[in-house]
Amino acid sequence: MESLDTIAQVLASTIRLTIPLLFACLAGLYSERSGVFDIGLEGKMLVAAFAAGAAAAVGHSPWLGLLAGVGTSVAFALLHGFAVITHRGDQIVSGVAVNIIALGLSAQLGSTWFGLGGQTPQLQPEERFLPLTLPGADAVAGVPVLGQIYSQILSGHSILVYFAFAMVPLTWWVLFRTRFGLRLRAVGENPAAADTAGVSVNGMRYAAVVCCGVLCGFAGTYLSIAQSAGFSRSMTAGKGFIALAALVFAKWQPVPAMWACLLFGFLDAVAIRLQGTALPAVGILPVQLMQAVPYILTVALLAGFIGRATPPKAGGVPYVKER
Amino acid sequence: MSVSGPAAAIDLKGIDKRFGAVHANKAVSLAIAPGTIHGIVGENGAGKSTLMSILYGFYQADAGEIFINGAPRKIVRPSDAIAAGIGMVHQHFMLVEPFTVLENVVLGAEGGARLIGGLTKARTELQRLGDAYNMSVPLDTPVSELAVGVQQRVEILKALYRGADVLILDEPTGVLTPSEADHLFRVLDQLRHQGKTVIFITHKLREIMAITDNVSVMRRGEIVGTVATKTTTPQALAELMVGRTVRLKVDKAARAPGPVVLDVRELSATDNRGTTRLRDVSFTIREGEIVGIAGVAGNGQSELLEVLAGIRRRASGEILLHGQPLDPAHTDPAKLREARCAHVPEDRHRMGLVMSFSACENTILGYQDDPRFTPHGLLNRTAIAADTSGKMIAFDVRPGNPQLRASLFSGGNQQKLVLAREFERDPTLLIVGQPTRGVDIGAIEFIHKRLIAMRDAGKAVLLVSVELDEIRALADRVLVMFDGRIVGERGPDASEQDLGLLMAGIAS
Repeated sequence: MESLDTIAQVLASTIRLTIPLLFACLAGLYSERSGVFDIGLEGKMLVAAFAAGAAAAVGHSPWLGLLAGVGTSVAFALLHGFAVITHRGDQIVSGVAVNIIALGLSAQLGSTWFGLGGQTPQLQPEERFLPLTLPGADAVAGVPVLGQIYSQILSGHSILVYFAFAMVPLTWWVLFRTRFGLRLRAVGENPAAADTAGVSVNGMRYAAVVCCGVLCGFAGTYLSIAQSAGFSRSMTAGKGFIALAALVFAKWQPVPAMWACLLFGFLDAVAIRLQGTALPAVGILPVQLMQAVPYILTVALLAGFIGRATPPKAGGVPYVKER
Repeated sequence: MSVSGPAAAIDLKGIDKRFGAVHANKAVSLAIAPGTIHGIVGENGAGKSTLMSILYGFYQADAGEIFINGAPRKIVRPSDAIAAGIGMVHQHFMLVEPFTVLENVVLGAEGGARLIGGLTKARTELQRLGDAYNMSVPLDTPVSELAVGVQQRVEILKALYRGADVLILDEPTGVLTPSEADHLFRVLDQLRHQGKTVIFITHKLREIMAITDNVSVMRRGEIVGTVATKTTTPQALAELMVGRTVRLKVDKAARAPGPVVLDVRELSATDNRGTTRLRDVSFTIREGEIVGIAGVAGNGQSELLEVLAGIRRRASGEILLHGQPLDPAHTDPAKLREARCAHVPEDRHRMGLVMSFSACENTILGYQDDPRFTPHGLLNRTAIAADTSGKMIAFDVRPGNPQLRASLFSGGNQQKLVLAREFERDPTLLIVGQPTRGVDIGAIEFIHKRLIAMRDAGKAVLLVSVELDEIRALADRVLVMFDGRIVGERGPDASEQDLGLLMAGIAS
């Protein structure tokens, strides 16, 4: 029973650790499917986490925090869009700029406003998104396996967790079953074809970039006011880049993206679990090694195991009419 | 031309367009009668495509008006043109490759936020259109998996699905086999019978004569003449296009070929994805002989050129140059150039020139180790410029400024720069890919003469071209490639139909 509990704990923690990755990965999916590469996912998550933490602390409401997080992230997304869509700037450079601005701005504004060395004030429970208990979860907690899965793994997460998973089929449906999705994919593959078919390439790309901003906003908000009780400096810790890796890994498809994020979340959960625990035969594994596993895995898998990942054909290329 | 009776389907008045210093359209006026096929011919850069892109809303004219069926229309973007009943089939197809045919057709005309309704409607409508015009296409196949001829049908259906009454076709036959082109012409004829108006842009005079009712000739941004096709001849049109007398036929004296220069035996090669593109190709070329490789683009010609130029490794087979086998491990472009084997690549933008380099830097490309140009590893700029000037005079490259960037020359002059670089080295074997692609008639005439001169000087020439007319005019022997194989050999006097069947892989 004890080992079952351990597994359940690791899986529950996998889900929690997956959520920011999943939001960010889906965010990147919208943007990159439209032909706008975005390595600024990390930065947008960070400003969103800061804005959400600050707004929730000041306004005493998690919903206000969410609004601030999403709004700030969308503003940064539009900045990226303005640079690379309207002015045809380099998408990588602009993304790097977003990351740098986010890193400096969140820390600086945090220290200036709150005087806590870059953190936002500790949030009270009513200022956060708290875990929800699914109906009947307590009643079935004693049932072995199935009951445990329901009560310990599926139940007990905040509303944002369930929303993140709901976004997966929703994103699939939007991309492959709606006019919006068809046009979004078209401008990412062959913008000239979309243009001649009467679709506004820049309009679609802005729409995609805004979708990306909204989802990054959710990712950041989750970090600071659901998973933690406040913003702390650099709290995204590279999750935006892991999400990008997951996106490539999933070949820009929503459902595989979820599995990729779950895999990276799982590795993270295992790494945390194994901290200081001696394993039979190998002893205590260095924490650093465990933390490096997602990156090593990404490089190894991208280097050959998953075959060639073909990004959207017009990705990274500003749309200019010929001549 | 004055149009009597009903209002012109399309009436362009005083269309003017500049791109920086280039005056692409100079106050062009053009009226097109409804229910006719109207040809527009002109050399590259004459302004045909610009004019049509303005009509389709892709560019906006600086001045001028557009009337459709007698009423003035503002066309600011493609959706305006579509709403006005204009459809366009671009030279480079405007298709989203991973999308299915159905998805491509509905893109931009989905008829609702959810796709399902639009897709169902399109399926029915496409089946009807396909039957009506004898253009069946597989609706659920990704476009990337279709042959170019079928992709073109998708483009036409796309326009018809949007209710186009006027269909603009920009160089539609460049990518087609002769039989596919015939099929296209039958479709266009049917469209005309149904009262549709077709604007047909081409530089092939034969096609103008075969299919159009009226023809307008463009030169340097102006329409220099519009006539009923029945009343004109190819020769008259060519003269209008170029503005002087041109010879459409190449003079070529008979010449007995000498000893074998290049002997290719059972050559096979794959492309970058590992697909076999060249299968057991064998042929020889002798001194003083032009061997032409005909075929629809993408049947292994590019890979053949690349292997022979030392750019691509062969999978198997032997290549003998002057009877000496070339070791595949040590065959690279530099070694081949040392062996006096010159290569004019198919795509001058991608391989022939560095567009941002000056003409003189480009003319030493591949020969940069020549001590005349780079003594002790340093560029001797005077010697290089003098050498380039000489080549520019010999090949009539204009403007004759060795310091000018390659991208600032016209297509024909860029091509002449590449030819000058390779021809002036006195090679024994010349490997030439698409020598006149995107080149104007005047320069074509010049390039053809030069190729014949090389042959007469005893060089062995391999000519790969998708222009059947070019192959027939120049080659002493014609090899036809299909699906990576040489499927037949003919003399230059073989009929077009005969070669066309070979190119389509039907006959052998």
